[in-house]
Amino acid sequence: MPKKSFRQAINEALAMEMRRDPTVVLMGEDVAGGAGAAGEDDAWGGPLGVTKGLMPEFGRDRILDTPISESAFIGAAAGAAATGLRPVAELMFVDFMGVCLDQIYNQAGKFRYMFGGKAVTPMVVRTMYGAGFRAASQHSQCLYPVFTHMPGLKVAIPSSPYEAKGLLIQAIRDDDPVIFFEHKVMYDDEEEVPDEAYTIPFGEANLTREGDDVTIVALGRMVQFANQVADKLEGEGITCTVVDPRTTSPMDEDTILECVEETGRLVIVDEASPRCNIATDISALVSERAFGALKAPIRMVTPPHTPVPFAAELEDLYIPNPERIEEAVRSVMGHQA
Amino acid sequence: MSEAAAIQAITMPKWGLAMEEGKVSAWMAEEGAAIDSGEEILEIETTKITNVFESPVAGTLRRRVVAEGETVPVGALLGVAAAADTPDDAIEAFIADFQASFVVEASDAAEAPEPEMITVARRQLCHLRMGPEQGPAVILVHGFGGDIESWLFNQPVLADSHRVYALELPGHGRAEKNVEGLDVATLAMLLADYMDAAGTGPAHLVGLSLGGGIVLKLALDQPERVTALSLLAPAGLGPELNMDFIEGFIAAERRKEIKGLLGQLFADPELVSRDMVDKVQKFKRLDGVKPSLRGLADSVFPGGHQALVMKDQLASLAMPVQVIWGDADAILPPAQSEGLPDNVQLRILEQIGHMPHMEAAGEVNRLIADFGD
Repeated sequence: MPKKSFRQAINEALAMEMRRDPTVVLMGEDVAGGAGAAGEDDAWGGPLGVTKGLMPEFGRDRILDTPISESAFIGAAAGAAATGLRPVAELMFVDFMGVCLDQIYNQAGKFRYMFGGKAVTPMVVRTMYGAGFRAASQHSQCLYPVFTHMPGLKVAIPSSPYEAKGLLIQAIRDDDPVIFFEHKVMYDDEEEVPDEAYTIPFGEANLTREGDDVTIVALGRMVQFANQVADKLEGEGITCTVVDPRTTSPMDEDTILECVEETGRLVIVDEASPRCNIATDISALVSERAFGALKAPIRMVTPPHTPVPFAAELEDLYIPNPERIEEAVRSVMGHQA
Repeated sequence: MSEAAAIQAITMPKWGLAMEEGKVSAWMAEEGAAIDSGEEILEIETTKITNVFESPVAGTLRRRVVAEGETVPVGALLGVAAAADTPDDAIEAFIADFQASFVVEASDAAEAPEPEMITVARRQLCHLRMGPEQGPAVILVHGFGGDIESWLFNQPVLADSHRVYALELPGHGRAEKNVEGLDVATLAMLLADYMDAAGTGPAHLVGLSLGGGIVLKLALDQPERVTALSLLAPAGLGPELNMDFIEGFIAAERRKEIKGLLGQLFADPELVSRDMVDKVQKFKRLDGVKPSLRGLADSVFPGGHQALVMKDQLASLAMPVQVIWGDADAILPPAQSEGLPDNVQLRILEQIGHMPHMEAAGEVNRLIADFGD
């Protein structure tokens, strides 16, 4: 099976769904590049080259370069979805959600509910998130907990190229609005990705490692770090189950609970700010429903409650890393009741 | 034979194209024990499967070089066999020599033969060819839901002495998903067309499960194409089958369901590895796989029974025919092998499930390699 980058996997998912379904359209800032200007079409192919090649194949009617106005084009996508298209809108950085949030959570997210199930809103918002890109406080946040909080939205956070392609195709075929999170330092990650179209169902966690001692739940980029720690500690006889929930809404609570019941110890790794994030959510879930299985207090590995720093040394310190995950795993292993 | 030459290395085998390393999960022979060639001496765990390893050499097991639980690359020294009276320092020197000159062959994977697409009767199929240019041909045909990798323990071994072709049928592996118009008889015709397209010439046909039914049908319809017939837990010898398994396999999406189902294929469900489950799950997520499995099941197992039963025609076959069946098969009842005509050799394997070619790979390989040539 050919190896492909995270970027290629996303591009392939978009292209395949656009070929399959003429109602799929793309919209966003520079998704084709050059609209209304004298420059070369598709010169850039999206902010990080993810949509390169789509405009030449599908044309300007389906690859829509938009003005720098998230409130306008995200709203347009919600309206297009409600009236028969399957738009994939690109919100360049999720940090910009502040100017288009009403369109997402108070409009798109509520249509199905408020129209008694008769309306569907098959909209995908692709968006970049995450620290480590030296992009400073306003372009580095992990805001998926905000969307997870809002009923009516689905939230997908792929952890690898294979996951990205299958989850994005699923997102495009889904009849509800899906916020699709792409970590900006993962675009060059590579792994084997099938050439064919395939879907990964929402709400089904993936176990990337299986062990007996500690359950590590991790999201997005953090799954890689959790895997590294699990592989390292296996050599010492500490075996970890690594759970990648894949989607935080819906979330596969059963798998998380089952894994904790088997291992009795839980470490949650979340790159989002520590208050009201997915780690606290999962911690509450396990405390309420699997408290009796716990052999040690739950540990959460998160950044501190600050904006993402711009200074490189501070940014590196901010992001949860394998060393901190390893320390947390050792601490739950060493806990004496 | 000199003293040094009598010392023999037992090394990590390469099972399947992707295997780079293996873990010695258990030793089954003690140091100092006499071992026979073909005797099970080790249990080796790979990412694909755990399996027993049969000694390639005979002698006294003088050293276990790799301890239980250790993971080493393909080709690494696992143990040393020699005569019981070979001096210890000669053994030590042999080990030191081996370790000093051992290099991991990183480029191995690049040289390994790759599966190729092949157009057969306007259908896109996939096949993998291994072994010498000349020599007797063997064609391996997988079962329902299987693919080329089903033969990872068999094809490389048989390829030492045979031209070995493994074929992927429509709806499986990399082959096209269109299964319209296919049943056991038309699949047998497609196999004949494949033999022409690949230029195999007459061959020893080996079929597992549904593949067994297909090769049997071809042997009945066009016997001139078949030099020998090995039917592994074959379809086509009785109407019954475990339809719950088939329905479950078509429907299953979650890894737990898939793991449970794959466990039914083996007498020892512990053999099912994470990778095996992953691979099936990833295959089942591809667009078109579920409808094609459904379509094929409806045509070959309509109403939960095998549509084509050929048991009473076996006696008419002139080529050598053997049936290999595990007595713990939970998918196709081994009782269907009762009352076979005299021209058919029956080998019942004890404590083996529906995948004898994996669970008893060494024995099945020998039975196939020695048969009919």
